[in-house]
Amino acid sequence: MFGQEILSLVIWVPIVAGIAVLATGSDRNAPLARMLALVGALLGFIVAIPLATGFDTATAAMQFVEKKSWIPAFNVHYHLGVDGISMPLILLNSFTTLLVVIAGWQVIQDKVAQYMAAFLVMSGLINGAFAALDGILFYVFFEGMLIPLYLIVGVWGGPNRVYAAFKFFLYTLLGSLLMLVSLLYLYYQSGGSFDIQTWHRTTLGMTAQTFIFLSFLLAFGVKVPMWPVHTWLPDAHVEAPTGGSVVLAAITLKVGAYGFLRFMLPIVPDAAHELAWLVITLSLVAIAYIGLVALVQADMKKLIAYSSIAHMGFVTLGFFMFNPLGWEGGLVQMISHGFVSAALFLCIGVMYDRLHSRQIKDYGGLANRMPVFAALFMLFAMANAGLPATSGFVGEFMIIMAAAKVNFWFAFVAATSLITGAAYTLWMYKRVVFGPVGNPQVEAMKDLTAREFLLLGVLALAVLGMGLYPKPFTDVMHASVVELLAHVAQSKLP
Amino acid sequence: MDMKTLYLIVPLAPLFGAIVAGLFGRWIGRTGAHVVTIAGVAVSFVASVLVFRDVLAGHTFNGTVYAWMTVGGLNLEVGFLIDSLTTMMMLVVTFVSLMVHVYTIGYMQDDPGYQRFFSYISLFTFSMLMLVMSNNFLQLFFGWEAVGLVSYLLIGFWYTKESAIYANLKAFLVNRVGDFGFILGIGLVLAHFGSLDYATVFAKAPSLAGETITLWPDTAWSLMTVIGLLLFVGAMGKSAQFPLHVWLPDSMEGPTPISALIHAATMVTAGIFMVARMSPLYELSDVALSTIMVIGAITALFMGLLGIVQNDIKRVVAYSTLSQLGYMTVALGASAYSVAVFHLMTHAFFKALLFLAAGSVIIAMHHNQDIRYMGGLKKYMPITWITSLVGSLALIGTPFLSGFYSKETIIEAAKLSHLPGSGFAYAAVLAGVFVTAFYSFRMYFLVFHGKERFHQGHAHGNEPDAHHGHGSTPHETPWVITGPLLALALPSLAIGYMTIEPMLFGEFFGKAIYVADRHPVMHELNQEFHGPFAMGLHAVMTWPFWLAAAGVGLAAFFYLKRPDIPAALARRFQFLYRLLVNKYWFDELYSWLFARGARVLGTGLWRGGDQGVIDGLVVNGSARLVERVSRLTRVLQSGYIYHYAFAMLTGVFALVTWWFVRLN
Repeated sequence: MFGQEILSLVIWVPIVAGIAVLATGSDRNAPLARMLALVGALLGFIVAIPLATGFDTATAAMQFVEKKSWIPAFNVHYHLGVDGISMPLILLNSFTTLLVVIAGWQVIQDKVAQYMAAFLVMSGLINGAFAALDGILFYVFFEGMLIPLYLIVGVWGGPNRVYAAFKFFLYTLLGSLLMLVSLLYLYYQSGGSFDIQTWHRTTLGMTAQTFIFLSFLLAFGVKVPMWPVHTWLPDAHVEAPTGGSVVLAAITLKVGAYGFLRFMLPIVPDAAHELAWLVITLSLVAIAYIGLVALVQADMKKLIAYSSIAHMGFVTLGFFMFNPLGWEGGLVQMISHGFVSAALFLCIGVMYDRLHSRQIKDYGGLANRMPVFAALFMLFAMANAGLPATSGFVGEFMIIMAAAKVNFWFAFVAATSLITGAAYTLWMYKRVVFGPVGNPQVEAMKDLTAREFLLLGVLALAVLGMGLYPKPFTDVMHASVVELLAHVAQSKLP
Repeated sequence: MDMKTLYLIVPLAPLFGAIVAGLFGRWIGRTGAHVVTIAGVAVSFVASVLVFRDVLAGHTFNGTVYAWMTVGGLNLEVGFLIDSLTTMMMLVVTFVSLMVHVYTIGYMQDDPGYQRFFSYISLFTFSMLMLVMSNNFLQLFFGWEAVGLVSYLLIGFWYTKESAIYANLKAFLVNRVGDFGFILGIGLVLAHFGSLDYATVFAKAPSLAGETITLWPDTAWSLMTVIGLLLFVGAMGKSAQFPLHVWLPDSMEGPTPISALIHAATMVTAGIFMVARMSPLYELSDVALSTIMVIGAITALFMGLLGIVQNDIKRVVAYSTLSQLGYMTVALGASAYSVAVFHLMTHAFFKALLFLAAGSVIIAMHHNQDIRYMGGLKKYMPITWITSLVGSLALIGTPFLSGFYSKETIIEAAKLSHLPGSGFAYAAVLAGVFVTAFYSFRMYFLVFHGKERFHQGHAHGNEPDAHHGHGSTPHETPWVITGPLLALALPSLAIGYMTIEPMLFGEFFGKAIYVADRHPVMHELNQEFHGPFAMGLHAVMTWPFWLAAAGVGLAAFFYLKRPDIPAALARRFQFLYRLLVNKYWFDELYSWLFARGARVLGTGLWRGGDQGVIDGLVVNGSARLVERVSRLTRVLQSGYIYHYAFAMLTGVFALVTWWFVRLN
């Protein structure tokens, strides 16, 4: 029925559903709002499925393309399409939205409709950012998704939420304003086009490339986030409600990394090669430095937030190895981190809902009271530590292999995460889950409800499935990655 | 049924048992859990025997099970390499695992985590089989980490016990240090060979023998040496070689059955197996082999010495395991890979036996593990006693018993090797013979002979059920425990005599192990060998025999006749005694340097870097800067008309003045 407009559906179904949820109004209609949100999220996921089933893995060309004129005066188009790089991310996003709606089912009792609507609208906007092939359209989605996230942190967050929300908003805005300047510059250089694929072919001098590179680095680097523009993330996570943390970690960070592949590397390849050392250094610092910082966190959410930064350091490192292992490794790491970080934040949410604390010291001996939870939490902790047979291993392994090809010492620093990752994750696990029951509150804790078990169980299957058989994921990426790598290898200097 | 299906059954049968017992333990109950897991391992054992016969008939296999991933022209696969080395390991793993499964029925009968335990040990069996059956580095690493995971879960099996959850974290992290080197080695293999498949890599190795890489400006390192050493770092972690040995003694916090299976017979020998499997690479680097030999020699002697002062029955056996792993490593360094693997096999039987016998004693002692409060158990526990004696005699290398053949050959190999460090290695393994005999029989005499001291023991057992039954006479354990002891005693007695000829000097290993012509140790050993019987007879004319005898004699004198002498010696040589009791202070050093160091560094980076510089100076600093500037400018926008009028007049005045000045 909508054969040609799948991407539009993927974007607008959640947004329309979100508006419908918002229309239910006050908390008197909360059950209706929840139900509508679930239906909307489910529909949003269902309409995304044809992207995977109908995807042609043999071609690097954009698929499911839609193109309509939007602002003719400036040659702006409503231009959508996906390739092997963006398609998995759209599915991941639609899947995660479903999870957060279920996760917020009982926990959120205040302004339910607004909460659910914010997530649905954000989901649509993020899908838009992944699908946009027009610079301005991308920018609108890219900026637009900040607003619901800002509200989620600022309204449903913890005591220090206003500081965190402001920090987050200003940090990301700073980068994206510079990016806007670059987009406008590209518009003029390309002879009046906002088409991203046209930009890929636009020749640019080295100075211009360098400036554009730096503006993209700041814009996307803040989102990833890369060291040293990462300090908004731990604050935002700590203050955000569970669902906000899940989306933030699983999806929003990926938009930044996606920008590297869609914009920075193909548009300014010469500058990217020239300044690769900068990104590689920052990535390695993120892996080594942040690993140690994560070790000493007393707050579980902060710990996982820092761990996210280290894991995303692998992604950017992989991209700047300029080989298929590194790129596909980075993409795999993005998807895997989506599963694992979502699962870990949900785990922390499960504990927080029972004890209302995120401090490690308030727990201890959970295994005695919550054995099922302890087992699932163990699986996700091990995935976070990069254990083989979990998805966490696949990307890290590929990137370490890719780095060893380029320079032994890159691999050396990256591989320290084998030690630090295990140290901070398992030390936290030990203090929270093992040991004798820590206090009377822990004694009273109940094991997972059916709803929580469903959420974590689905993620457990995803983590294991991807770890044992990652081939379907990488097969989707091959054609696009190979073509893009070949493109990036060519100079664009005039 | 074709052979490929059979190969698949070997690892999948235990995996099936593990999944059923792990996920449905609550529904199938205790009996269901042990029936399904034991059946799984038994099927796996039978299948291994069939595979073994097939390999003996000359059929080897190297093929893919499924493609894990293809990327950039590189195929990463899960596949099997079935040759004589693999089948030998499969037999050892499945047999010992089967014995341990049966034994567990008795040992864990009162434990609330019964099903979970069976699930873990079956999962371990699966992981270990995937490790040994692998035909590529990726799957090797997969198995390598998977056995590490199960080891972690099992050391911390009693998760409310603080010492256990400390030990399991420590074990995992120390192993991760090894894996850090291991994965870098794999990275270099991929970077330079373009493949992770054993056959491809081994075939290409000779052509890269002279390759050098520059790790540091102006230095050229032999590629094979760097790869060999990095892979060996992994082996040092898993096989607990100095200086990554610290986790193994603490792993004794886990239940005894897994100490036997994982921390003696199988998992800790993975490093030995790996180096033997990589013989085509190691043969290309004398530097790597030399290093391996010296590390092994240090471990063999100095870890053995620690066994002398231990009073915990399991820890004595644990240090003995460390020392014996050192022996195997020495053999690897001497290019006597087949000898290392041969000792791996004999050791698996007699050490599993010693651990399980120790477990039997621990049950009889109501979980008091201190050998100072045992004694005279011989008459109460005849089967445990006789099997322990067999195990101990095999361990110290009594002629005609299994350990004799493997250990004697290792000592000979160290003597014949010409690599740098072989002199030290020979001295160390020779001295180690005396040490081994001494600590083994110190324990044996203290447990089974002499005065009965178990009524003096106070209840400081490790496990919660240590309180009941004190004061009653100890008695022999049930058949599920003694059965496996007897089943392991047989190979401890005879396997060496039966297999030395085909395994070391025959065609058994064939192409599975490669030795370069430059390293003639195996060849020379072959010339000295005149059959197992002659070798046993000849032993009485060699140093090791008399050193072992002296060790046993001294232990008997000290601990049966004059127990005051060791106490006096400990007082007299205080420093030496404290050095040994404190395990050379490695634990203290590591926890100060690494555990504390990392936390101090992390705190410094967090408080100083993130909160101080980035947030303090830059982020909040720029916010403050904006605030200050705006506070200044805000002063100007006061909203009072007379302020603005004043400013305006001042401006007009200034402008007019300037105009006049210019005119003049």
